[in-house]
Amino acid sequence: MSITTEPNKLDLSHLVQGNRVHGSVYTDEALFQLELERIWYRGWVYVGHESEVPNKNDFVMKSIGPQPVIMTRDNGGEIRLLQNRCPHRGNQVCLKEKGNTRAFTCPYHSWTFSNTGDLIGFAFPDGYRDNPDADKKRLGLGVLPRVESYQGFVFGSFAAEGISLAEHLGGAAETLDRLVQTSPDGKIELTAGYLKHRARTNWKFILENECDGYHPAFVHSSIFSVADSAIGTYYGDQSTALTRDYGGGHTEVDLRPEFRKADIPLRWFGTTAERLPAYVEAMNTAYGKEKARQIMIDGTPHVMIFPNLFIAEIQVFVIQPISVNETIQHATAIQFKGAPDLNRRMRQQTMGSVGPAGLLLADDTEMYERNQRGAESLTPAWLFLGRGEQRERRDENGYMVGHSTDEVPSRGIWRHYTQVMEAQS
Amino acid sequence: MSAADIDLLHRVTAFIYREAKLQDEHQYDDWEALWTDDGVYWIPANGDDIDPEKEMSIIFDNRSRIALRIRQFHTGKRHAQSPRSRLRRVVSNIEIAESSETGIRAFSNALIFESTVRADTVWSTRNEYFLRPEGETFRMARKNVFLTNNDRALFTLSFLV
Ligand code: FES
Ligand SMILES: [Fe+2]
Repeated sequence: MSITTEPNKLDLSHLVQGNRVHGSVYTDEALFQLELERIWYRGWVYVGHESEVPNKNDFVMKSIGPQPVIMTRDNGGEIRLLQNRCPHRGNQVCLKEKGNTRAFTCPYHSWTFSNTGDLIGFAFPDGYRDNPDADKKRLGLGVLPRVESYQGFVFGSFAAEGISLAEHLGGAAETLDRLVQTSPDGKIELTAGYLKHRARTNWKFILENECDGYHPAFVHSSIFSVADSAIGTYYGDQSTALTRDYGGGHTEVDLRPEFRKADIPLRWFGTTAERLPAYVEAMNTAYGKEKARQIMIDGTPHVMIFPNLFIAEIQVFVIQPISVNETIQHATAIQFKGAPDLNRRMRQQTMGSVGPAGLLLADDTEMYERNQRGAESLTPAWLFLGRGEQRERRDENGYMVGHSTDEVPSRGIWRHYTQVMEAQS
Repeated sequence: MSAADIDLLHRVTAFIYREAKLQDEHQYDDWEALWTDDGVYWIPANGDDIDPEKEMSIIFDNRSRIALRIRQFHTGKRHAQSPRSRLRRVVSNIEIAESSETGIRAFSNALIFESTVRADTVWSTRNEYFLRPEGETFRMARKNVFLTNNDRALFTLSFLV
């Protein structure tokens, strides 16, 4: 998968320096190719959710950066990640977005592969008989060597060896625990389909924006003012909410201090317990009244799992870099098993706010695209990410935290970025 | 075609042309006034036959969300439309599929040229209208916009389509 002939040792100190980054990190084509190699085709990358392939032999088309990946659940129930490239002459073995099949047959010369990637058979096999190189065991589909899940989220790695998924997630794993426990049966589903929003921007502007608590007061003031939303106050000067750097490039905006101050269940979702009686009842039954109340006060997380999984309270976004200046965001509403009243609201709010016409995301995307155009200008050459550096501190778990509008997340992302990019394979 | 049919087609065509012009020229309030009080504005994603009650749509606005969308434009801080897209659309293939005293179901095709700082973009749609007669003209009870490329990743679509 290696696509560059750069020397393995990379020094980024001339581009990333603590509280500032050089504009070319968003525009340099060669750097983008190195990112593919060292971040996207080496480390753990989020691919899809187990609920998208609920049954044996289900499959769904996914991606890791520009690479298409087929996520299948094989006949034994195990999840596999395959590449959509026929080992014969490179044709695509799967043309559907999703479906159910035990085998993929290449349309070009009809080689057939199981949903584990193994070559089952050649068409007109006589032409291969007694040819020692026509070894079926060596002519399967590309298979990602490592696949691991956490709380239903499936991650893959193109590298045969490396740190475990648990090591990759580190302390940020707790945010996924927090997400699923907000569902009465402790499980979420991503079954509502994706909005796919294309942006002419480098993927890292999106990565950094996801936990940028400085912009909402300005970029989203239009919708906050007309929709009578309280969200704006969480991102105001007086907010008690926090930004957090979990290490590993994972970052969070932790709104719990605000929700705990208000002490009202479901405030996080802009609604009340009275409006969602079935959900509240199911939560009380599942966790007991007291714990259920605390969970419903705290709400779901706002967390960016490096490099591509963003959980924004009620939505999941997946960041897919296409080229140095083009990125797709895939977005869907989170659904809780067994909470239809809540699910409907989550879909409605998601459709209103995200995607190409979203009342929020169209404006975020406008900003990413302007950032990209700006970064293409020559001067000033550096972007300043020092907001709140003088007031950041360690929380009780040792993670760096700051005010909700501070740039703790960006600095954390760049620290991790430098480490993985400079690391020898 | 009877004289009554020709007259109806003529009036529906005039309505659809007027809607197109209001959209191209960002006449938000006049466009909003075309809706009935129970209007629904739907732009599906990932195909034309999804169930918007179960799956993500690009837009699935009830009447109050249509109003919210318009109010957001009026703040002047809808950044995705500031500056506004320059727009011009060509509407054709207008046909009336059903008509009764209470309502008309009509179709049209549109090609929309959008010019923004990012790029010039061409959008292609099949539009389905459910119109309620009001005097000589109509109001929209539902508009479904089937983007030809709604199964692909789309650039921001922040103008009225
Ligand atoms: S390219 Fe797939 S069978 Fe020939
Ligand atoms: Fe935003």
